Amino acid sequence: MSAPTKGSGTTWVGRAIRRLEDPALVTGQGRFTADLPAAHWVRFVRSSVAVGKITNIAAPEGAHVITAADLKGVKRIRPMLHKFNYIPVEQPILAEDVVRFVGEPVAAVVAMSEEEAEDIADQIEVEIAETKPLVDARDAIAKGATLVHAQVPINVIVEGKVRTPDFDATWKGAHKIIKVDARSRRQNATPMEARAGHAIYEASTGRVTFTCTTQMPHLMRTAIADVLGFPESDLRVIAPDVGGGFGQKMSLAPEYVVLVWLARKFKSSFAWTEDRRENLIAGFHSRDQHVTLEGAFDKNAKLVALNADILANIGAYSCFPTTCGVEPLMAMAEMPGPYDVRQYACLSRGVITNTCPMAPYRGVSRPVITFVLERLMDKAAAAFGIDPIEIRRRNLIDKFPYTSAMGLVFDEATYKQTMEMAVEHIGLPAFRVRQKEARAKGRHLGIGFATFSERTGYGSPAFAARGMEITPGWETVILSIDPSGFVEARIGSSPHGQGLRTTLAQIIADELGITPQLIKVIHGDTDRAPYGWGTFASRSLVISGGATLIAARKVRAKLIKIASHMLEAAPEDIVLEDGAAKVAGTDRSISIAKMAREAYHQTHRFKGEIEPGITETGTYDPPGTFSNACHVAIVDVDVETGRVAVEKFLVAEDAGLIINPMIADGQVHGGIAQGIGNALLEEIIYDSDGGILTATLADYLPPTAHEIPPIELHHIETHTSASITKAKGLGEGGTIGAPAAVINAINDALSPFGVSIDEMPATPQRIRAALRAAGEAA
Amino acid sequence: MKPAPFIHHVPKTIEEALAILAEVAPQDGRVLAGGQSLVPIMAFRMARPAHLVDINEVKGLDKLAVEGGKLVIGARVRHAAFHKNVVDGPLGKLLTYVVRHIAHYPIRMRGTFCGSLAHADPASEWCLVAATLGGEIIAKSKRGERVIAAANFFEGIMSTSLAEDELLAEARLPLLPADAKFGFYEFNRRAGDFAMAAALVTYRVAGGKIADARVGVGGAEDRPRRIPEAEAALNGKAAGDEAFRAAAEAAAKAVDPLEDVQTSGEYRRDLVRAVVRRALEHSA
Repeated sequence: MSAPTKGSGTTWVGRAIRRLEDPALVTGQGRFTADLPAAHWVRFVRSSVAVGKITNIAAPEGAHVITAADLKGVKRIRPMLHKFNYIPVEQPILAEDVVRFVGEPVAAVVAMSEEEAEDIADQIEVEIAETKPLVDARDAIAKGATLVHAQVPINVIVEGKVRTPDFDATWKGAHKIIKVDARSRRQNATPMEARAGHAIYEASTGRVTFTCTTQMPHLMRTAIADVLGFPESDLRVIAPDVGGGFGQKMSLAPEYVVLVWLARKFKSSFAWTEDRRENLIAGFHSRDQHVTLEGAFDKNAKLVALNADILANIGAYSCFPTTCGVEPLMAMAEMPGPYDVRQYACLSRGVITNTCPMAPYRGVSRPVITFVLERLMDKAAAAFGIDPIEIRRRNLIDKFPYTSAMGLVFDEATYKQTMEMAVEHIGLPAFRVRQKEARAKGRHLGIGFATFSERTGYGSPAFAARGMEITPGWETVILSIDPSGFVEARIGSSPHGQGLRTTLAQIIADELGITPQLIKVIHGDTDRAPYGWGTFASRSLVISGGATLIAARKVRAKLIKIASHMLEAAPEDIVLEDGAAKVAGTDRSISIAKMAREAYHQTHRFKGEIEPGITETGTYDPPGTFSNACHVAIVDVDVETGRVAVEKFLVAEDAGLIINPMIADGQVHGGIAQGIGNALLEEIIYDSDGGILTATLADYLPPTAHEIPPIELHHIETHTSASITKAKGLGEGGTIGAPAAVINAINDALSPFGVSIDEMPATPQRIRAALRAAGEAA
Repeated sequence: MKPAPFIHHVPKTIEEALAILAEVAPQDGRVLAGGQSLVPIMAFRMARPAHLVDINEVKGLDKLAVEGGKLVIGARVRHAAFHKNVVDGPLGKLLTYVVRHIAHYPIRMRGTFCGSLAHADPASEWCLVAATLGGEIIAKSKRGERVIAAANFFEGIMSTSLAEDELLAEARLPLLPADAKFGFYEFNRRAGDFAMAAALVTYRVAGGKIADARVGVGGAEDRPRRIPEAEAALNGKAAGDEAFRAAAEAAAKAVDPLEDVQTSGEYRRDLVRAVVRRALEHSA
């Protein structure tokens, strides 16, 4: 217990205190799914071909092998949307008759050790009558393409369309039309810990405890119980320490269903630890999009209409619970970004192919659309002969609340201010001088800007707009003080690296006048935590934080009531500070520990005026709030080899009230690292037969510390009315802005060559090919 | 990600090691030294040796000494041994410079110089060093001992002239003359990754002209080798931009580039041009 609190109000919020979760993690005491012992280990036999009919599965004598034929009565996974021409497709837990992507689980081998399971899996022969796969979304929607699922015509599973009433007239009257034809290649979120599950049957209760590395334990419970057809109360899901998720661990893995089925069927324990190869080929992908974006500008370079055609390759199946609509529909809703544009047309399609299914990945589509939109702004600036900053000044929204052409309501933010702040801190005029000097010596430096909005902390109405059968949004927190005076917050969110055990404790500490170290935040256990949606979509600090604040205010009110009773003072004279209730202006006080004892063990003294115990519940379902930022990258492009080095990165960010600056900065740093990986390095590559050529971390290239430059952060804190804690989310902004800033910087560096790099990752090979095609010179 | 079953042999002497190797080599036996290449491919089950002859406890294989004008490097000498200067003069400096480009620190603590040669990855820095400097490989087996010139040792991607019962017991690198200059440059997408092209050059300057030029290129073809066309473009010329560019151009033309989905032949030639010129600039 460190320094005493100075008084209730804002003492702990805003301090960069060390994370309460770290001592265990940094001393090797973290507890992960793969740490659990099991009686049986499972290895999945996966399809080595992209599409075909299974003609035979031959297992060695005596091997314990589960195939679809064994899973009688088990439902298929059926994600559902009720809008946007969504066509439901079902995913079998293990492939039934046909396979649809390389890596699809075909059989499960059960053995006494991981090694033995892998040895047996090796000997299983799966015969598949292979046919020609569809790998690229554009091929899949071509006339005469084969159908990946018979019920999905032209392989389009979801289709969003919008056209504002005056779009056509505005388009015709425009001064200039600027076009970007962009490609974002497929990526994998690559959490440090791949997927893992451990299911154990408890004979005494008939329940199964399923420990897994997930971002949403309650949804896993709902989904698995539904698919297997048994009461949720018979399943306990635990998310222990989770080594990163980034969205990949939101979706239901069919492998998890198999583990729980095995535990119930054979009344024992079964574990599976995914290896990196499996994760890279079958652990969900994302960001595989073609986007064509046209902007219509008036003569003052003001954007007046935007026309987008978005094609998202969502793989062979839709993901549960979000559905594969998450990428194309997010792209459609947020394409206009932070710019004021009243006329908007968009066709956004989710396309089924014979590739690994898509799932959300940090930023969900916004890294792609921000890259495309920011390329458009830079190209328009060049076409108008004005500075990239100036064109943004003329187009960024600055009156709030602002309702977008898509009907999204933007709360108070600082789009222009953060950009001006970034321009000032990066020293733009000095950079231009340095750039010119370097060019004279054959060195090509470039600077790139990305201004963007980050929609965060949105509740159920926002998700309902997508027509989701399963509509997330709210969060509940149950806050208790036990008889010993310690505080426990049980939350439905499921942090896995975000530091919520610390930040929520800071919020509670200020309300109750105690130190955060007295507060335990309990999560990731469906037996202990209230039903909740988990942690994703930059929501937890806003929504779970809001629910925490609501619960903490109730507990605070109760403590004041108890203190008022025990100290015989008026409630309005009582302050909570230093772990005690004090009567203002006197030396009379009573510790929270004493009040807690009283609340449980001496309730007769309350004479029925105060309920026994101290437990309060808060639930919060906010409208959503937009964070914003301007990212700046300075790059050095080696034109002989095409290699890009990011020399410096700067962010001016507004995420509202910052609860813990160290944690906030860490989120931004990590996001930028992933964004730089997206921009330059990471790419899942399929061959024309649907095989994956990047199945190891020697071929799929996340950035290392070497590739990440120094990052300079600046914050503005706009206190929004859209969040009761005044905090906005910021979990995804790093990944959203960084690719656009880096790609714009590359294009700035290469501007003397007259090339336009509109593909990410901008690999050295692609940059060299563009330079060669442009005839080099410069 | 678990290797297929294998039998682990841990001989203590070279004789014992060679005897076991002679016995198990026909039954898919492999030598295990640092394991930094073999073990990962076993984990992927791309290699499934039935026997591993682990030489980490074999006495006498840790030799690192100068004998008869050559640096002798035993089969147990780790990459990390070269973090420090192991021999006076340009060769020692060359090795300390090159070693920092090999993968990452933990890998260098465990992987071995001779293991890299035996593995014969076309992108290996040590294979490039051996090929460029004219190193020798000492192969021992129960049948006897032979010396293989590096130029005759590398036969293709992960393929050498080592017989299955032979142990690559040591490698020898000729010392460089005191006035030798060297330069090295490699290109990869991330620090520590396999080189997509690398060049090592050595030469002397006599009477203002380049002499005894050696230009080795790795990572670009199925094996590292010297490029005579590039050497010819240097010998007899003044060391400087003009000769360096000519040599780089000659090397880019001369190579028969490896191609893959991300690397066209054209792009690989771009890289060869860049790495050769930069290695030469580094030498100057």
